[in-house]
Amino acid sequence: MGMTLVEKILAAHCNREQVKAGELINVQLDGTLANDITAPVAIREFNKLGVETVFDKNKVFLVPDHFAPNKDIMSAEQTKVMREFARKHEIVNYFEIGEMGVEHCLLPEKGLVLPGDVIIGADSHTCTYGALGAFATGVGSTDLACGMATGEAWLKVPETIKFVFKGTLQPYVTGKDLILHTIGDIGVDGARYCSMEFTGPVIEQLTIDQRFTMANMAIEAGAKCGLFEADETTLAYVKDRAKRDFTVYKADEDAVYARVIEYDVTNIEPTVAFPHLPENTHPVSDGKNIEIDQVVIGSCTNGRLEDLRIAARLLEGQKVNKRVRTIVIPGTQQIYLDAMKEGLVEIFINAGAIVSTPTCGPCLGGHMGILAKGERAVSTTNRNFVGRMGHPESEVYLASPAVAAASAIKGRITDPKEIKPYEEVM
Amino acid sequence: MKLSGKTWKFGHDVDTDLIIPARYLNTSDPKELAKYCMRDADETFASKVTPGDVMIAGKNFGCGSSREHAPIAIKEVGVTAVIAESFARIFYRNSINIGLPILESPEAAKEIQEGDFVEIDLDNGVIYNKTQEKTYQVPPFPPFIQEIINDGGLVNNVKKKVKG
Repeated sequence: MGMTLVEKILAAHCNREQVKAGELINVQLDGTLANDITAPVAIREFNKLGVETVFDKNKVFLVPDHFAPNKDIMSAEQTKVMREFARKHEIVNYFEIGEMGVEHCLLPEKGLVLPGDVIIGADSHTCTYGALGAFATGVGSTDLACGMATGEAWLKVPETIKFVFKGTLQPYVTGKDLILHTIGDIGVDGARYCSMEFTGPVIEQLTIDQRFTMANMAIEAGAKCGLFEADETTLAYVKDRAKRDFTVYKADEDAVYARVIEYDVTNIEPTVAFPHLPENTHPVSDGKNIEIDQVVIGSCTNGRLEDLRIAARLLEGQKVNKRVRTIVIPGTQQIYLDAMKEGLVEIFINAGAIVSTPTCGPCLGGHMGILAKGERAVSTTNRNFVGRMGHPESEVYLASPAVAAASAIKGRITDPKEIKPYEEVM
Repeated sequence: MKLSGKTWKFGHDVDTDLIIPARYLNTSDPKELAKYCMRDADETFASKVTPGDVMIAGKNFGCGSSREHAPIAIKEVGVTAVIAESFARIFYRNSINIGLPILESPEAAKEIQEGDFVEIDLDNGVIYNKTQEKTYQVPPFPPFIQEIINDGGLVNNVKKKVKG
């Protein structure tokens, strides 16, 4: 019987010819990840295990990014726990301020996650690496502690829902719009416990940055992972980054899927998820009377160079609306540097936006742009739950960088076509 | 193990930001976290709960973040078990790993009303609603997960294996 992409990867990591959905297996890990919020709990549990050190000091990734640079004394104490653990165990891939970035932008950029890998991370958006054809899933701190100690984790082989994207992408419709549309269709638990496999002619044409955005939000449909088969686009991305061998896995022709869902993207408009669930999606035109106070462009979902480029091209020669605080957050130091070299940072500043050092910051209501009672933000991030970006009575509207930039200019939720024709921007 | 207590009822898709908002995650101290449990859904929840109480919720309970702080806050505030129509994947694992009993029963979750008094027999997977005099049978955990629960959580389970 044929195997899906996730079954192929997991079988190879438990030394089996074949695994099938529903089986409980123990897998070998190619990497484990934690951040400044989840690592302190993981370290506390790790220290109870009675092991001397981590399973492989090259395969434990620690990134202070959520409340870092430290927003207050308590956050400083948390990153300190992580830093001291990294020093004690000689963790090679601990990224201090100056080297750090938003974890899910950083690890692929550094070539630490590669096609065919199995990665667990104490962060729900670890599923981002599915864009490279890796099995990557979010776990809690205790799972992570055991993974760091043993290099293994127990998993249930997930069923797979195959998504086939066909048709022609309309102007300003990006990977963000495709994944929001998908979540809007199947719901926030529509892929609960499942692997989402993204396929079809539209996906083959999609850039790697847009694939990261889609894989990133698989968790927002409740999925265990969101996978893309590695292709030429993937290999071009990893070619100069990989410092070890990797294997490209493909789903079998006769793989067994729980469901197959087809979308004709020709009918998909730029999409916005209204409060307070990512499944509450609307075409951008539904928001034209909704005034906003803040725009955030960044995060593990949309903080990559292509995201900043499209936002900058819309903002070039324009000013952000006086009522809109516009915050741009490059995902990593490298993305920041590239954005500077390309003149994007200058465009943002001239338009009246600010450009921050990499951090998760406002995405989870940490710092760098918290909302007051009754305020509204358009954000390129991934969650719009109650209180996600600040006051429990504030509101977050999830959108692409293009919609976010256009909305910053107009001061209300705006279709980017109102600012500039697509051909001028791309 | 047998548990009993009065219930607090919540809706569908209760996310981890609702269970413990990220603004309180600059500590991992369970006692601090417990103070803010369910804060944005009900500001007074942490002060109203009495040890032994049970949470009831709709589908997809614990969706969102991987923060283990969520089941830690629920456990520390005094809630002894969560009964829901369904659980989000990471929250489910986290609860098993830290020893917070969770039971998936769509019927019980729908029919139990806030304030009802329930008794739970974990070993036999039985929920008894004493107020409504109604019994629900919950499918048992797979043996692999039962072993983790019997060991008192994942750390003890793995500890046994690394020593063995």
